[in-house]
Amino acid sequence: MSIIKAETHPLDDYLRTERLPHVWCPGCGIGTVLGAYLRAMKNVGLDSEKSIMVSGIGCTGRTAGYVRMDSFHTTHGRAIPFAVGLKAARPELNVTVFSGDGDLFAIGGNHIIHAARRNANITVIAINNFTYGMTGGQLAPTTPETGITTTSPYGNVESPFNLAGLIAVAGASYVARWTSLHVRRLEKSLEKALKKRGFSFVEVLSQCPTAYGRRNGMRDPVDTLKYFQKYAVVKNHVNPLEGVIEPNKPFILGEFVDAPEEATFEDKLWELTKSEFLHTSQAERSEWIIEHRRHLEILSRIISGRGEDNEQS
Amino acid sequence: MATESKTEKLLQKTGASLPRGEVYLIEDRCKGCGLCIAFCPKHVLVVSDRFNKKGYHPPELVEEEPLNVCINCGFCERICPEFAIFVKEKKKEE
Ligand SMILES: Cc1ncc(C[n+]2csc(CCOP(=O)(O)OP(=O)(O)O)c2C)c(N)n1
Ligand code: SF4
Ligand code: SF4
Ligand code: SF4
Ligand SMILES: [Mg+2]
Repeated sequence: MSIIKAETHPLDDYLRTERLPHVWCPGCGIGTVLGAYLRAMKNVGLDSEKSIMVSGIGCTGRTAGYVRMDSFHTTHGRAIPFAVGLKAARPELNVTVFSGDGDLFAIGGNHIIHAARRNANITVIAINNFTYGMTGGQLAPTTPETGITTTSPYGNVESPFNLAGLIAVAGASYVARWTSLHVRRLEKSLEKALKKRGFSFVEVLSQCPTAYGRRNGMRDPVDTLKYFQKYAVVKNHVNPLEGVIEPNKPFILGEFVDAPEEATFEDKLWELTKSEFLHTSQAERSEWIIEHRRHLEILSRIISGRGEDNEQS
Repeated sequence: MATESKTEKLLQKTGASLPRGEVYLIEDRCKGCGLCIAFCPKHVLVVSDRFNKKGYHPPELVEEEPLNVCINCGFCERICPEFAIFVKEKKKEE
């Protein structure tokens, strides 16, 4: 039997197929992780009409342009505040941030720890490819010690952030880490993250053959996946602070946090402001916001001291 | 070639059969990264000599009945970053 020619893919309903092929290099893990996310969405039956994807800048940030749902490609580092604001105004929507390690933990590092602390009810998927892929492979706060990048040509002397550990201690409700090789477990974990009320965070270690792999003995995308296969140890519910990643040493994958449900940031905001809105439910408030959007824009301009005509500044 | 595992020997003995899959490909989406080929547990995908529209070599399926065949595990579909390859269960022939 040979391969059967096909015109459409089972995930096409969730993709802006007219924009494919995507920009990612051959063998880049971002497409694989996006596939896992879309399968998880499909498995839990999330309605794409009620789902939003927010990305920042970077190769991973381009994801927002390929999903067939409302999406927003924010400025660098600002995916989280955009998503938190969106969820606060429209709590009935499923809001996912899909972005890179640099976007979320370098320029956007403060936003993400505080969103976790506030337990904002959003899902964050962070692709950790150990570098700034889009700009050619600079040192990132996630680059492993000794890692060669364009800005650490003699090897990195800094200790990287343990992303899952950091977000766990900041107070997130769900924290897990997988790789672009562990596609089935990643898919199941993303289902849980999507269903979880509260801040959920899934870190996905992924290959960037072009900007990171090439300089670190993993030119072929298969090499990084073989590395993951060799060193990944799956253990659930260990102390997230044990989740450090060191070169050529075993590292932990799994679910670090799956906390009992607590009031979210949006729940508390709603409690505090519902009397102001004279509406009986969050859904009605959302409708009210949509209806009065223009007035709210003008109001916010007045409050921030910006006139109608210097909108761009 | 894949060696016969215990499960496969058992299957042969008992006359039970492996699940079987049909492999589909949107050839012009493929970027020839080789991930599906490298990680297919049954090693039934190989690089083809063909070029697609973008100049990449898409995978080809080489099965050897009865054991070295696609078992519909879905791994190639999940690992493919391009939404190019996918599998469907092959219905048993009567
Ligand atoms: C304000 C600002 N600073 C710097 C840049 C340059 N820049 C573009 S992408 C990027 C880093 C992206 O890294 P990451 O989030 O890890 O994404 P990847 O490309 O690795 O997926 C940087 C620094 C920018 N676009 N805007
Ligand atoms: S540069 Fe790296 S992260 Fe960006 S698309 Fe290429 S392989 Fe992926
Ligand atoms: S479904 Fe599994 S066995 Fe079949 S070709 Fe894909 S990876 Fe190989
Ligand atoms: S994984 Fe996808 S893109 Fe890569 S060779 Fe296989 S079919 Fe082509
Ligand atoms: Mg990166």
